[in-house]
Amino acid sequence: MKNKKLTVVILLVVALLIAIVPLFVLKGAEFGGSDDAGSVAISEITGTEYEPWFTPVMETWIHGEIPGEVESLLFCVQTGIGVGIMAFIMGRFVERTKQEKLRKAS
Amino acid sequence: MNFRQKMILTASIAMAFVFGITPVTNAMHIMEGYLPPAFSIAWGAICIPFLAMGYFALKKTIENDRRSITLIAMAGAFIFVVSSLKIPSVTGSCSHMTGTGLGAILLGASSVSILGIIVLIFQAVLLAHGGLTTLGANTFSMAIAGPLVSFGLYKLCTKLKVNKYVSVFLAASFGDLFTYCVTSLQLALAYPSQVGGVQVSAAKFLAVFAPTQLPLAIIEGILSVLVIIGLETYAASELRGIGFLKVGEQ
Repeated sequence: MKNKKLTVVILLVVALLIAIVPLFVLKGAEFGGSDDAGSVAISEITGTEYEPWFTPVMETWIHGEIPGEVESLLFCVQTGIGVGIMAFIMGRFVERTKQEKLRKAS
Repeated sequence: MNFRQKMILTASIAMAFVFGITPVTNAMHIMEGYLPPAFSIAWGAICIPFLAMGYFALKKTIENDRRSITLIAMAGAFIFVVSSLKIPSVTGSCSHMTGTGLGAILLGASSVSILGIIVLIFQAVLLAHGGLTTLGANTFSMAIAGPLVSFGLYKLCTKLKVNKYVSVFLAASFGDLFTYCVTSLQLALAYPSQVGGVQVSAAKFLAVFAPTQLPLAIIEGILSVLVIIGLETYAASELRGIGFLKVGEQ
């Protein structure tokens, strides 16, 4: 059990480091999406600026690009839904395990 | 699990939130309108049998053990969380993980296609990320090809008696990486290079995606292992229900 705890902590730290270190090491980097890099590669290969033939439905509905802040809101909603479900289920599991242990003890 | 472990889990969930709030830009998935119509339709058609298989596989899992719904929801939620987190990478651009490896390991490769397409539709419609015309291609790379690799690799590792956590890590990481290989190939097929054709083009796209994705694949592997550890500690009976743990195994 003790061993497992240590593993969890170490793994979390490693994951965090991998995610955060580039931010500090590559000062001044743009951190744009690799999507944009993809479209650059397309224009390099075809030799012309690529014109997408279909615009995202959301952009058609609101006649323009989704504002950056709203986009981050929507991404947070996505994260929130996911985290909510995970936390709810995990909470139930944790509580159940606790109850089972109590019942066994009594 | 005691209080301290609970704190760690809570902290990790809080961290997931923190990452979700970092400024976001478009990353990964083939963008709306970037695949010619013929390719869009072809990739969509290829996905249909897998989706049908996935539907029946999910139905069977639920019929076998109704409690497995919680694990299905867990795998789906993991994809939701992880694919919304755009993480800075060593190349100076951001990308996000797929999260489909965990589902493939727990539920089998085909079931994940259904979970993956839900996330992709959500992102395509609301976030202008990926797209409806490229939904087929993106589903194939993220929700079919990647999970197949994860599933196969996990089964292979179990056969070779590799440590369970190591197998989960390898399966999830390589599944994530393979998703991007497939994406590169899909783009290359649609945009073959004038000199050298599809191969040169594929190498070019791969050079764009792979270095960015490598560290993220490692993170995805780690996160998948953490979820598996959490589930093993608290939901061993459910894991036995879907056959992830053998009866009697701790």
